[in-house]
Amino acid sequence: MSAIEQTRTQVEALGEKYKYGFVTDIEMELAPRGLTEETVAFISGKKGEPEWMLEWRLSAYRRWRQMQEPNWARVKYPKIDYENAYYYAAPKSTKDKPQSLDEIDPKLLETYNKLGIPLSEQKLLAGVAVDAVFDSVSVATTFKETLNKAGVIFCPISEAIREHPELVRKYLGSVVPETDNFFATLNSAVFSDGSFVYVPKGVRCPMELSTYFRINASETGQFERTLIIADEGSYVSYLEGCTAPKRDENQLHAAVVELVALEGAEIKYSTVQNWYPGDENGLGGIYNFVTKRGDCRGNNSKISWTQVETGSAITWKYPSCILRGDNSVGEFYSIAIANHCQQADTGTKMIHLGRNTRSRIISKGISAGKAQNTYRGLVSVHPRAQQARNFTQCDSLLIGKECGAHTVPYIESRNRTARIEHEATTSKIAEEQLFYCTSRGIPPEEAVALIVNGFCREVLQQLPMEFAVEAQKLVGISLEGSVG
Amino acid sequence: MLDIKDLHVAVEGKEILKGLSLHVGEGEVHAIMGPNGSGKSTLSYVLAGRDGYDITSGSIIYKGEDLTVMPPEARAARGVFLALQYPVEIPGVTTINFLKAALNAQRRARSESEFDAMTVLRLVRDKARSLDISEDMLRRALNVGFSGGEKKRLEVLQMALFEPKLAILDETDSGLDIDALKLVAEGVNKLRVPGRSMLVITHYQRLLNYIVPDRVHVLAGGRIVAEGGKELALELEARGYSHIVKDAA
Repeated sequence: MSAIEQTRTQVEALGEKYKYGFVTDIEMELAPRGLTEETVAFISGKKGEPEWMLEWRLSAYRRWRQMQEPNWARVKYPKIDYENAYYYAAPKSTKDKPQSLDEIDPKLLETYNKLGIPLSEQKLLAGVAVDAVFDSVSVATTFKETLNKAGVIFCPISEAIREHPELVRKYLGSVVPETDNFFATLNSAVFSDGSFVYVPKGVRCPMELSTYFRINASETGQFERTLIIADEGSYVSYLEGCTAPKRDENQLHAAVVELVALEGAEIKYSTVQNWYPGDENGLGGIYNFVTKRGDCRGNNSKISWTQVETGSAITWKYPSCILRGDNSVGEFYSIAIANHCQQADTGTKMIHLGRNTRSRIISKGISAGKAQNTYRGLVSVHPRAQQARNFTQCDSLLIGKECGAHTVPYIESRNRTARIEHEATTSKIAEEQLFYCTSRGIPPEEAVALIVNGFCREVLQQLPMEFAVEAQKLVGISLEGSVG
Repeated sequence: MLDIKDLHVAVEGKEILKGLSLHVGEGEVHAIMGPNGSGKSTLSYVLAGRDGYDITSGSIIYKGEDLTVMPPEARAARGVFLALQYPVEIPGVTTINFLKAALNAQRRARSESEFDAMTVLRLVRDKARSLDISEDMLRRALNVGFSGGEKKRLEVLQMALFEPKLAILDETDSGLDIDALKLVAEGVNKLRVPGRSMLVITHYQRLLNYIVPDRVHVLAGGRIVAEGGKELALELEARGYSHIVKDAA
């Protein structure tokens, strides 16, 4: 099915502007409001964590107390009151961990159904294992057997801390240290849950791994923590998708994702981010401050980030690659769409440390309404990185007269054999393109979706099939009201 | 089919069409000829509904309906088709995908069931063959890197696919060599059927050797200044626009 067709059916299905703006009525168990050592201990206790984990959190918390919120991004938002937020919320019904889907609160399942997450038989058909995160606690993990057979560990990180402490202790914070930045440090102190993946040596993960995140409780910060380790010669593709219910209050989200690729391993990480962007006047919406980083630790390893960012009021996100191993490869494919009053400041960092390391950056930024969209990227070549190569292409598309696109590329090269290429374009949807489409019968909004999907094609092609379809729909939905 | 009465059209405040009247009957092929700047392209854009062309007075009635109140996509769904002089490039959107999107959008607007990808591909292939449009062209981004001839052939392919009731061909001959012109004209002639009217807009008589019109109108200074049978086109070719325009004035 084509993108516009998808978009159309999707648009028709929209009774209101934001389809996922509903709230599930489930009693929540909340941590005390505000952030203290007690809050950190409460969260750790709730998870039944070992002492070392609590100590790690507390050291991050103490560090965070000394840190300043960064202000260099091109985003504006009212000051976040960290002392007046909740840092933990769990659906009560999962206190005793459910043993099968039958034991899951029907309301949760209903929520997932509304979101179109195939949690029962559909998953099998789709060939996707889903580790669904409802607020903070993982409530359902499926396909364990298939993965078990392959030796792949795919579970909530809270479970991994208990069941696989040796792996978690070895790798947690080894890519994004708990002292890394204000938001990552905050996450290290209070992270609630997230996914853990370990793919053993030489194993090609038999299915795409997928996690759907969803923010539900009002005024609850969401602090996902994801850790993926691909051991020597292994391969894994991981999909992350998000939607959130409609809320007037701004919600803080500060996730950390760490990827480790050992020798000859490859990790492909794809994101479709569709959190509530706020209304047309900029009221509400998610603040999304994310730290994502991959470490190509072994020679001949590869990490590839693909992201489609259509949601959130504010996006602050720079999925990066540390190209440590010789001949390692880093890729970043990004579509960032900002409409109405959304602000996106996103890009990547490619740190070339090893010899013959290669990186490729393809960024497509689309601005509409009054939105501001910034690409911010760093390509850094260190002295040892002989023959390092980078290719960067940043394309911006403007729809309307009040939006803005900005490109801020930083390049640091300390090796004269390095070759770095940067290309950038800015274009508008031309009136004659729209007229050409409408004169052939395609309505204006569908025409915009078609043209924008064309503009993003190189990136959309990087996504796994089922995600590509969803992403194309989102492109259409998120640009509603941008013409006419 | 099409009834234009005393049409006045302004672009950015400047009047381009100054009282144009034209009647095209069902199944008829009319040629509009005229010198540069006479308002030929303006007429084609007004009929297709492009923004920025303000109708200050007059009427356009198409099959009994007021065309001027419809957005372009509604006109397309009702069977109005404009083959552009300069077809537009849309990067990243494959030609076949565009054709499918357009065809299904029109069908949807008429409450007809949509075609799946395979059906569209079969339809398109069938029509593409006679226009010498390759499979490769269908998979390339719409009009991107197409030669002038390829672009015009694709316009005719769309006409064949959408099966319009009123087709407007705006300078379809411009930029074509004689072989390409023949190919395009053959394509158009195949689409001449009872029930389908055509408005062939051209600067030169050459095209009308291949697409022979029922009536010829000369547009100058925003009005029709002369009308006649196909022999009028030959007279224009022989004697030029100036004397006819002068005679009319």
